[in-house]
Amino acid sequence: MVGGVEKGAKSPHKLVVENATKFYNTKSGPLHALDNYSMTVGDGEFVCVVGPSGCGKTTLLWSMAGLHGLTSGQVTLDGEPVVKPHPQIGMIFQEANLLPWRTLDKNINLPFEIRREKPDAQWIEHLIERVGLQGFGGKFPRELSGGMQQRAAIVRALSFNPSVLLMDEPFGALDAFTRDEMNLLLEEIWLETRKTIVFITHNIAEAIFLSDRVHVMSARPGRLGKVFKIDYERPRAIEITTGREFFDLVNEIKSEIDHHPSGAKKGRAQRVAREAVS
Amino acid sequence: MVDKQLRDTIPEFGKKAGAGDGQVGVGNMSGLSSGPGARTFWEIAAIVLVAVVIIGGAEVTLRLLAIPSYILPVPSEVAVALVTDWQFIGPHLVHTLIELFSGYAIGASIGLLLAAVITQFPFAEKIIAPYILVLVTTPMLALVPLLMLNFGFGYTPRIIAVALASGPMVMINSATGFRRTDLAKIALARSFGANTMQIFMKIRVPMAMPMIIVGLLIGSIFGLLTAVGAEMVGGGFGLGNRLTTFSSTIQMPQFFAVIVVLGVLGISLYVTFFLIGKKWASWEA
Repeated sequence: MVGGVEKGAKSPHKLVVENATKFYNTKSGPLHALDNYSMTVGDGEFVCVVGPSGCGKTTLLWSMAGLHGLTSGQVTLDGEPVVKPHPQIGMIFQEANLLPWRTLDKNINLPFEIRREKPDAQWIEHLIERVGLQGFGGKFPRELSGGMQQRAAIVRALSFNPSVLLMDEPFGALDAFTRDEMNLLLEEIWLETRKTIVFITHNIAEAIFLSDRVHVMSARPGRLGKVFKIDYERPRAIEITTGREFFDLVNEIKSEIDHHPSGAKKGRAQRVAREAVS
Repeated sequence: MVDKQLRDTIPEFGKKAGAGDGQVGVGNMSGLSSGPGARTFWEIAAIVLVAVVIIGGAEVTLRLLAIPSYILPVPSEVAVALVTDWQFIGPHLVHTLIELFSGYAIGASIGLLLAAVITQFPFAEKIIAPYILVLVTTPMLALVPLLMLNFGFGYTPRIIAVALASGPMVMINSATGFRRTDLAKIALARSFGANTMQIFMKIRVPMAMPMIIVGLLIGSIFGLLTAVGAEMVGGGFGLGNRLTTFSSTIQMPQFFAVIVVLGVLGISLYVTFFLIGKKWASWEA
């Protein structure tokens, strides 16, 4: 039904994560954040990764964005390894992450300043209209509500028309109503632009509502759990979230997260064992 | 009841009240740029009224108590002296300004540059920090006699003293600003492909700006202090020298006239940086 397979004729996989493993160096020794995590995302597909806080979701996303390297494994975009920030990848951060000393217009202009490119004024104008921010260009972030700030962040990420959008719990700080609104808006934008989206959240309902597939990540070190295919018709209405079927799905995913063999304990045991060896 | 409620303003939770969000340093821009808030006509009228009451009160009280001019001159005498004897004060103001601006230009630029560079190297910073602290906390005025011994009684020792007093103040505050690292904002810039220099110019510098301006303000006030102090130590010119001259010759109206000039100079420095802060750092309200 959805998935954009018809577009990606050459390779069905836009973004591929292969055996991603990541250790952080910390004062108390190496921290195992991501363990042998693999996933594929089709061209134009909307995939959510859900998991408990601190399970390594952000670590995974930063690796996809090329913001940091992996201890082992690799990420490829269109078959090319991603080792540094890629011009075809747009990133949306937690809590909008606008620069408070810049007006909205100047915030949206930041990627072009950095790349020394001329912004596509028409496209940006269209995006601003699309998210309903006309007339706010001269405002500073603090003058706007959280939802409006996140709308601006979406415009900024799409301004240079990347083919992939990586979203790191973008609506986590918003109230429930604004979150619903933003989810609807995001789906609309996705249906219009058909970007490949990887969306991270710890809100299971949000993940189901938005995505074609939901990947469950275990507690740290992050491991791939079950993958749920979500078959609701597009465009989706908020009303689906109150249906019986939806509840059952939420519960199923929740129990998958809760009852997944705790990666944390196992990881700690492994770490202790490794430290004992070294 | 209803009227009372209507007059209440909307409570703004989460807004910082005044200065101090855990910053090291001597206050932050929220204290400097927003102050106690915008003033209405009546508040300004009240401020003027207080000045009138204080000055007028001093005038009346001093006259009633018949305090002699050589102990405390009445305000009107000071005002007259400021105008009629301006020829004995004005040229010295120019000397003081020359020392202040040259010393400050040298000290502040070195301080700013050092802060920008040193904060990029945490190890070097740790080593240098205690020495900067010594420079900040030791009154540089104490060095003036030595500087005069080495450089004579001209501008040079004073300019050096001003630079030594203002530089570390600018540096320590700016360093606090540069040390603020918001990893999410840096990651944002990196995600657009920013290099180290772009991250510095587009993220670190603006983020440090409020503290830089505070440092520049405090540095300038310390510079003024040191310039006047150095002039009092030796050399026959400058406003500090006027103070010693006028007091030793018991020309009290003239003495106070110089104090008024210094007060205006200090306020001008503050207002200058206040306006710069409003322009460049008002986002941090």
